[in-house]
Amino acid sequence: MLLREVEYARPATVEEAVAVLAAHEGARALAGGQTLINVMKQRAAAPEVLVDLADLDELREIGFSSDGMLEIGAMVTCAQLQGSSEVDVARPILAEVAGTIADVQVRNRGTIGGNVCVSDPTNHFPPLLVALDATFTIRGATGERTVSAGEFFLGVYMTAVGEGELLTKINVPASSGAGDGYAGLTIGAHGTYIVNSAATVTGDAARVAIGCVAASPVRATAMEERLAGGDYSETAVKASAEGQGASLDPPSDVHGSADFRRHLAEISAVRAVLQAAGRRRR
Amino acid sequence: MAEPVTSRTVSLEVNGEQLEYDVPTRRLLVHFLRDDLGLTGTHIGCDTGNCGACTVHVNGEAVKSCMLLAVQADGTKVSTVEGLAADGELTALQQAFNEHHALQCGYCTPGMLMSATALLARNPHPTEEDVRYALQGNICRCTGYVNIVDAVVATGGKG
Repeated sequence: MLLREVEYARPATVEEAVAVLAAHEGARALAGGQTLINVMKQRAAAPEVLVDLADLDELREIGFSSDGMLEIGAMVTCAQLQGSSEVDVARPILAEVAGTIADVQVRNRGTIGGNVCVSDPTNHFPPLLVALDATFTIRGATGERTVSAGEFFLGVYMTAVGEGELLTKINVPASSGAGDGYAGLTIGAHGTYIVNSAATVTGDAARVAIGCVAASPVRATAMEERLAGGDYSETAVKASAEGQGASLDPPSDVHGSADFRRHLAEISAVRAVLQAAGRRRR
Repeated sequence: MAEPVTSRTVSLEVNGEQLEYDVPTRRLLVHFLRDDLGLTGTHIGCDTGNCGACTVHVNGEAVKSCMLLAVQADGTKVSTVEGLAADGELTALQQAFNEHHALQCGYCTPGMLMSATALLARNPHPTEEDVRYALQGNICRCTGYVNIVDAVVATGGKG
């Protein structure tokens, strides 16, 4: 398919990238392009200017911050997450989930930063990063700010990254013995999610986030409160999810009615918590 | 500051040959390979990033060339299905495709070969499960997967 004519810039530094994004109305950052190029073909998006982040090597790094957080550059690919010893040590669920996104070719190009900045409600990483209590660092002309996952995902295709700004890194706390789980129902193996849930569980606290049921991931707060005692038996976890589906107002489409999604929300949240509880270090 | 442009000179290596080319920034890598360079072994199946027929290697990694702009490949090493038997001798994988009758209509074959070649480079002795995971992004509309998977497993078993 022929793309609409588009201007292209390939900055050498993050500062330059931010400057180009700010200088041109309708400019968009181009990361791996595994979503953006396709929506441009379909004319669902028509940016005037693409700012290719390919040469910004500092955004491709995985490391640890001074306070021990796992620090993932926005241009880190899914394949990189799968092969990273840092991720394997600190938060292996990130590699596990990355390995279920699309296929090898997409994982070789697709980035974690692109996945979250698209903020498609059916994407894999948003509920996971909410459950893991990740923080997001955004660079703009006036400096850098850091927002929580709850503040980052604002709506369908909308994040806290504003015009002329760039997501530079995502920080994820090291697990420190917490167990992580992820469950859901996809359209075909490794396809798009109909509903997905992520959970992280410690001895006496659980964080649970459900995706695909609203414009951005939903924290299952009632469930979290009921799990606060640390009873992760199957009976207790199932009981904690009761009524969670009814509290949601998910969309209906060809893949599932709203009621089916309410049902899946409870089932996937329970499965994610049980998986997480089984993995926590006691 | 990097000024946005609508055409750019790219310098890249394709199947071992260093090239410099002026390309419109909107041109997809697959169109650059097929229309500018005449390397029509790389097929366009779906043009929506789903089928994998256009799979090529960029710096040794399998990617779908319909989901990449040619300008994004600036400074990289690209290899296509034409680069596999560059010296006229089929690779062990191509030979195995022949022996196992791993193609029916043949349309998906270039993409299958490139994905499987990338797999064998990072995992020389893949299991059937490894092969199926690695070929998930390549669709065979004839549904001839069994022979394709057999051919790749057999290539690893020979190594």
